[in-house]
Amino acid sequence: MSDSVEESIDLKKVYKGSRPIIATVILLGGTIGLLFAIGLSVSFGAADIDFGTVWSAVFQFNPNLTTHQIIQDIRLPRVLGAGLVGACFAVAGSIMQGMTRNPLADSGLLGLNAGAAFMLAICFAFFPGLPYMYIILFSFFGAALGAGIVYGVGSLAKGGLTPMRLVLAGAAVSALLGALSEGVAIYFRIGQDLAFWNAGGVSGTKWEHLKVMSPWIIAAIIGAIMLSKSITLLSLGDEVAIGLGQRTGRIKFFGSVVVLVLAGAAVSVVGAVGFVGLIVPHLTRFLVGSDYRWIVPCSAILGSLLVILADFAARMINPPYETPIGALIALIGVPFFLYLARKGGKEL
Amino acid sequence: MTEENYISAYQQKKHRKNIFLILTICLLIIIMFMISMGTGFIRLTPIELVRTLFGMGTDKQNIILFDFRLPRIVISILVGMALAVSGSILQGVSRNALADPGILGINSGAGLAVMLFISFFPTTTAAPVFFLPILAFVGAGATAILIYVLAYKRGEGISPTRLLLTGVAVAAGISAAMIVLTLRLSPENYQFVAIWMAGSIWGSNWSFVLALLPWILILLPIAYSKARVLNTFNLGEIPATGLGLAIEKERLILLAIAVGLAGASVSVSGGIGFIGLIAPHLARQLVGAKHQYLLPTAALIGSLLLITADTIGRWILQPSEIPAGIVVAVIGAPYFLYLLARSKT
Repeated sequence: MSDSVEESIDLKKVYKGSRPIIATVILLGGTIGLLFAIGLSVSFGAADIDFGTVWSAVFQFNPNLTTHQIIQDIRLPRVLGAGLVGACFAVAGSIMQGMTRNPLADSGLLGLNAGAAFMLAICFAFFPGLPYMYIILFSFFGAALGAGIVYGVGSLAKGGLTPMRLVLAGAAVSALLGALSEGVAIYFRIGQDLAFWNAGGVSGTKWEHLKVMSPWIIAAIIGAIMLSKSITLLSLGDEVAIGLGQRTGRIKFFGSVVVLVLAGAAVSVVGAVGFVGLIVPHLTRFLVGSDYRWIVPCSAILGSLLVILADFAARMINPPYETPIGALIALIGVPFFLYLARKGGKEL
Repeated sequence: MTEENYISAYQQKKHRKNIFLILTICLLIIIMFMISMGTGFIRLTPIELVRTLFGMGTDKQNIILFDFRLPRIVISILVGMALAVSGSILQGVSRNALADPGILGINSGAGLAVMLFISFFPTTTAAPVFFLPILAFVGAGATAILIYVLAYKRGEGISPTRLLLTGVAVAAGISAAMIVLTLRLSPENYQFVAIWMAGSIWGSNWSFVLALLPWILILLPIAYSKARVLNTFNLGEIPATGLGLAIEKERLILLAIAVGLAGASVSVSGGIGFIGLIAPHLARQLVGAKHQYLLPTAALIGSLLLITADTIGRWILQPSEIPAGIVVAVIGAPYFLYLLARSKT
């Protein structure tokens, strides 16, 4: 198969256009940036704690000190949660954009987040106190539900799945599922619990959540990296991919599973935060070119960084109140979306 | 008989059929009105209802009916009309079957303006109530202008799809801003705003009816007088210009009417989407695309839908109340999806 890959002109263009050096810089620099952002985010907050204390709280934990407890029980899981969630949304977005060749694909815009959030409302209402291990499964199922409806409606239409139609279907499905969640919330009086969480907040993240979600997320991201070569081929179009010996159906299936797991896991922690999966892959593609073997890992790093910084900003803007990250990211995401929608112009 | 006579006979027959349809919808509204008056946490039997209406009820029945239920029902009738006509105008002007003040983000702009006001002046005493529709109109108008400017592209003008996409995005941005605002509110105010945003007919109070009524009384007749203009818009822009229509001016007037109606209704009822989408479509299927019939029919259907949704919301999960906006979204979103799946572009 590798011979035929070499022969493809399109693919050569992709490889030629990709910038492995910049990608390596992003991976290394991003990791350092991540560590720095985590340190920053852990030490600032309602009570400022200096770096030395943070260091000793992590590596020489002393349960009798309040500062150590704050760091270990509240801030650290929160920051790590934010990082994981950012990586999830960004990788899910990049896979969706590559697989569907839709520049406007994002788990928030296409109804996955609303679906997961709806299933979580159901969980809160009917099975209060359900362990997180099971909640996350509901969340996967919800993401699949949302995506299923959106793609179902999109593909029923005569002109097929155009990006614009998918986004509109996504908006309608989100409105529908959002209305249903709200109805459930009002009836069971779980509105306040749900409202903040829906708006997006990692403040409630606990070690228990991280333990349950990390294996899923790590497996899904590894899966995404394994698929990334095939995704690059798919992003050139189905015909090209088939011509190069790819089993497109199978790749699309596994790709969808990866996306659902990532979006579901992220929503189960942070709520329906949109636009991370839209912004980050575009930015990454702009920086490293269109080879998904670089896009996927770089998106993961940059996504983490974005959400950690957004969470940090959310805490600092109006202390002691927290601004929901979902809203903050939407304030960046909306202009970006408008820019893409304008640029897309004719094909949309 | 000459050909002309045939045509006029056909038109008369159609006219009679349409009038009959409109009367039928009126009758349905009256029936729903009666059902809605009796439905709620405390049920009123039809006999009790009639007795109370003629001033022979107990004090408790009087309060329930005249102070709580009637203003609410009247508001849902008015809001339903306003949203439906607003939607019809938007669909007519943009020639886009999926246009609706909710989807285009106009409702959210009005909501943001109202919410800014509530968060700075928390108590809704009598004076601000009359002020709210004006405020909402300003918010809705500003948003409409923003969307129009963002969707405009030199050389191509406004494409219907880009208009919708821009509307969806702007609505998302505004609701993000609203979430940021809500969290700064006190818990009591928060609960109030949350329910209002979900589209509850919260103006269970005659002063809201009075605040809304002038807008409806002025704007609906103007809209009706523009029915012919809207018909010409249906032909497309070039023929419309050929027929001597000052396109830009007429479009601006019509958009202002649509925005005013949407803003005024949002200020009393919160974000109710999809009525402006569904009502004109149903009306078009019943009476055709002529706006002389379409506008009144859509208005009545809008009323009927909203009263029904409000009644269902009050009845379905007793003792909790589900805001009418949620009920409408549960019905409206699938309808939107259906239209989307059928659409060709």
